[in-house]
Amino acid sequence: MTHSAQIEPTGAPVIQMRDVSKWFGQFQVLHEVDLDVGKGERVVVCGPSGSGKSTLIRCINRLEVHQSGQIVVNGLELSDNVKNIEKIRRNIGMVFQNFNLFPHLTVLENLTLGPMLTRHMKKAAAEELAMHFLHKVRIPEQAQKYPLQLSGGQQQRVAIARSLCMEPEIMLFDEPTSALDPEMIKEVLDTMIELAESGMTMIVVTHEMGFARTVADKVVFMADGRKVEAAPPEEFFGNPREHRTRAFLDQILKH
Amino acid sequence: MTLAPIEVVRREAVVPVPAYDPDARTPVGVWLKANLFRSVGQSLLTLAVAAVLLRILWFVLDWGVFNAVFYTTDPDVCRAATGACWAVVVEKHRPMLFGLYPYDEHWRLVLMMAIYLATVVLSLWPRCWNLRFLVPLWTGAVLSIGILMFGGVFGLPYVPTSEWGGLPLTMLLFTGTVLIGMPVAVLLALGRRAPLPVARGVSVVFIESLRGVPLITILFVAVNVFPLFLPAGVEVNKLLRITVGIAIFFACYQAEVIRGGLQAIPRGQYEAATSLSLTYWQTTRRIILPQALRISLPAITNHIIAAMKNTSFVIIIGLFDILTATTAVMQDPLWRRFYIEAYLFVAAVYLFFGYALSRYARQVEKWIASGRI
Repeated sequence: MTHSAQIEPTGAPVIQMRDVSKWFGQFQVLHEVDLDVGKGERVVVCGPSGSGKSTLIRCINRLEVHQSGQIVVNGLELSDNVKNIEKIRRNIGMVFQNFNLFPHLTVLENLTLGPMLTRHMKKAAAEELAMHFLHKVRIPEQAQKYPLQLSGGQQQRVAIARSLCMEPEIMLFDEPTSALDPEMIKEVLDTMIELAESGMTMIVVTHEMGFARTVADKVVFMADGRKVEAAPPEEFFGNPREHRTRAFLDQILKH
Repeated sequence: MTLAPIEVVRREAVVPVPAYDPDARTPVGVWLKANLFRSVGQSLLTLAVAAVLLRILWFVLDWGVFNAVFYTTDPDVCRAATGACWAVVVEKHRPMLFGLYPYDEHWRLVLMMAIYLATVVLSLWPRCWNLRFLVPLWTGAVLSIGILMFGGVFGLPYVPTSEWGGLPLTMLLFTGTVLIGMPVAVLLALGRRAPLPVARGVSVVFIESLRGVPLITILFVAVNVFPLFLPAGVEVNKLLRITVGIAIFFACYQAEVIRGGLQAIPRGQYEAATSLSLTYWQTTRRIILPQALRISLPAITNHIIAAMKNTSFVIIIGLFDILTATTAVMQDPLWRRFYIEAYLFVAAVYLFFGYALSRYARQVEKWIASGRI
């Protein structure tokens, strides 16, 4: 049972998912999931592990292929059409749980690679853009270092800056703080909050309920590959409708 | 039951522990005692091994230096001596190093080797790694080496490849093998993991069928069978055929080594590249291969050194590389009995190049570790 119909996106829909289903072999990871994300909307997806929340956002830039249903991004449908996939990916930045920085390149080279290869920017312009975003994530002084010389929190901020260098309209975050030591979570969340305040459309898979409460326009709860509940944060935390949501919130908010 | 009184008086004098000094060196005596003479058994073993080693060292010096003949043109002087006859190397070094190449033209080979070594040494130096330098360098080197080896222009007499030989031939075969083999190896390794089933199939069949066959079989096919498939009148140079044969054999082994490196790259690297909209080739060239080749570098070096020694297989097409040339030279009845010295010299030449390669590879690993490349 879903409640997405009751939520009005804050802007024109940029992502529309209809009845999206996906299988890994015999195992169905997504069961007819619907999700609408409006322009500038911040959506937090939460749920127990194995609930399909990562798979859901990985379908949006086709790191995973859905087998049935419809995903439309900026009016383009994700299908086998390679041109559409390319266009959609160019508009979507993604931040991973394990950063996935390129270890053999410096921080600056990590940031300029995409703009130079896919947007055909000149090296000087790409470096200027890279430094702009390194300033935004507050680590311009690390530009010449290699990723493994940085702390986890710094690496994740580099990864965010790397995505921003592609100047995407939508940012996907796949558990961006789950691999971090506790003292580094805040610096990454602060960066994400600033990004949210700048009006970026964001879909964030996370267990950080504080972030969800303060930043999200909509919180989506998933379990067993189904969207169980979707509501604005005050309603989601204050008055969850579904039994499973309540059980989940009890579990993670207890301590 | 009475308890023994607890002693609280220290019996031994307190020896102050010297402050830790990271630069301190262990005194020789202490090191010897700790490593070689720790117990009676170990001391006996040390002495026994030392006796054997000294005996061998004595023999080597006695035979190779003290009683050796270093220079003479008369084989009878060597025969009279009890030690090594290094004079054979002095006497025969030209046919050994240069094979059948016309004697009066040997200066061309000396010049060729100088150009070759300078080009290779420059190319191996990271500071020279840009195409604006390397392309003219190699164009110049290939042209001048070609002119020197073949001749036929500028008043140089023409020398066909069938008369090439010795160390220059070994160098050319080895370089050709690596320059042709490495790109083929990379393509085969990528092909084996490619998303296209056709590319995968071709690579697997190619690698598995050639790897399962001895090198000598491949060379016989290149030399004797391949020409049968060519239309009449078309001929591909024998030396080129054999170089390609060795190169492809080398590539099949090297491909599997590189595949090992490719498999070590985490999936997240591909996903990050995909999310930056990089294409397959951009991802491969900029993200995956640089990391995979770094990972597999020690094993890659291993195969390159093996390839250097595989060049001696050209014996089967009657070409005289440094090893075969030496065998041929040692047919001379006057000097024949001193073949051990001649082969030791050839071994020293191989060892020099092989060791230089492995030292260089170790340096590259250091550069990688320090982030210089």
